[in-house]
Amino acid sequence: MTSILLSEWTKIRTVRSTVWTLLPTLLFSPAIAFLAGRSFSDSLAGRPRDFDPLFATFYSLTLGQLGVAVFGVLVIGSEHSTGAIRSALMAVPQRGKLYLAKVCAIILVMLGISAVTAVATFFAAQAGLGPHKVTLGADGVPEALIGAVLYLTMICLLATGLTATLRSSIAALVILLPLLFLGGAGLGNIPQIKDFAQYLPDQAGMVILHLTVPDHPQFGRDYGPWTGLGIMALWTLAALLGGLFTLRRRDAVH
Amino acid sequence: MIDIRHLTKRYGRTLAVDDLSFTVKPGHVTAFLGPNGAGKSTTMRLMLGLDWPTHGEALIDGERYERLRHPLHRVGAMLEARSMHGGRTGYHHLLWMAQSNRLPKARVNRVVEMVGLQDAAHRRVSGYSLGMTQRLGIAAALLGDPPVLLLDEPVNGLDPEGIVWIRHLLKDLAAEGRTVFVSSHFMAETALTAQHLIVIGRGRLLADTTVAELAGQAGSLEEAFIRLTAGGPR
Ligand SMILES: Nc1ncnc2c1ncn2[C@@H]1O[C@H](COP(=O)(O)OP(=O)(O)O)[C@@H](O)[C@H]1O
Ligand SMILES: [Mg+2]
Repeated sequence: MTSILLSEWTKIRTVRSTVWTLLPTLLFSPAIAFLAGRSFSDSLAGRPRDFDPLFATFYSLTLGQLGVAVFGVLVIGSEHSTGAIRSALMAVPQRGKLYLAKVCAIILVMLGISAVTAVATFFAAQAGLGPHKVTLGADGVPEALIGAVLYLTMICLLATGLTATLRSSIAALVILLPLLFLGGAGLGNIPQIKDFAQYLPDQAGMVILHLTVPDHPQFGRDYGPWTGLGIMALWTLAALLGGLFTLRRRDAVH
Repeated sequence: MIDIRHLTKRYGRTLAVDDLSFTVKPGHVTAFLGPNGAGKSTTMRLMLGLDWPTHGEALIDGERYERLRHPLHRVGAMLEARSMHGGRTGYHHLLWMAQSNRLPKARVNRVVEMVGLQDAAHRRVSGYSLGMTQRLGIAAALLGDPPVLLLDEPVNGLDPEGIVWIRHLLKDLAAEGRTVFVSSHFMAETALTAQHLIVIGRGRLLADTTVAELAGQAGSLEEAFIRLTAGGPR
């Protein structure tokens, strides 16, 4: 299993175009967080502090997550579109094992990328927030940082699982990009559909990132931060199992 | 040794492989012949566990491919369909394959030399000519120094020099006692390398014979092949 894991790691790092998709996440999340912090700080000048600095901190992840999702799609979708999946199955015909190794390699890569992104985003935002900033040890900050790492990692895995299920990068992107775009724009806050929309994977993960307002009739959620991540984890698991099911059931070529 | 038993594959309404049974023995080159659409590539994919048979089975040294651990040590294969990521270098393609089967890096360099890809190994596969891609595919097949080789139309896209090269390579590999199974839709080319012939048409076995025997029957191999596969491609 470690040999297959190593091989999957090599696969990930040796396709430059796939690795590049992570760059926007790494650069833009902190950059936008800094600007968001700055603008919040300006608009709050002289007024009482009843706002949540962590909202300004992690809002940029709703954009940063797009790069992570595209990475999650391409890392497996390109194997199907190029036919490399055939070589992979010849090298490791135990399909479940191959898939597990790929998922593990993606998790390891994403934990690293997400940790760097989350920490950089946090500090960039605090720099922007100036007088309104919070410290690393402040109430809720460690939890939100851990949440951000898990959130980004799961967005990636959701994308990977969906792509493996559908066997198509395009089909997966057609579903994911609107979902995440609209999610970032507040899909889960629209009163008419909130009962359902708040349980979408990205919406559920946003509670721990402080992107919702607890107890607020419109911006609040019916569940807490960790339950939210749990809901997201269930979606992710379902997508990954869908991918496993497709891989095990079907011919390698259509 | 390869054992094909009542192998059958149906794609929707197409019966691509129809109750095929034969064995391939070590020590010489066995050619797998048939016109386009006869079911050669499908048979190869079934042998490699890439597609699931509708009926029957393909055994390699008594085992189904899906059951082999580190299969590159046992079977080396090259498919007709492209099976590598264009964004990777040839070297990295071989490297991940080697790592997955616990083969040393030295083996990657060795097969790169064997197929003469030293100059191109560190370039991305998307820039390769068809002949270079074929050579990389053969390098991947040789990676684990396997006793069984399955090559689907390896001559496709090779220049005359490459064709001569592969003819010698296949003969040498068989002379070392390996099982070498090579598909082709060209009779003439095949006669120069193979001793044994498996001929199929429309998914069914038409002949399981030696080159010498078949040539003796019909005067010329081409003639024998055309007569066998009369009815032509679908
Ligand atoms: N994945 C597939 N789906 C549907 N039909 C297929 C598929 N693969 C092969 N076929 C059909 O099966 C038959 C045999 O094809 P193939 O094995 O590629 O023949 P050959 O390699 O001898 O040219 C053809 O009629 C082809 O159209
Ligand atoms: Mg073919």
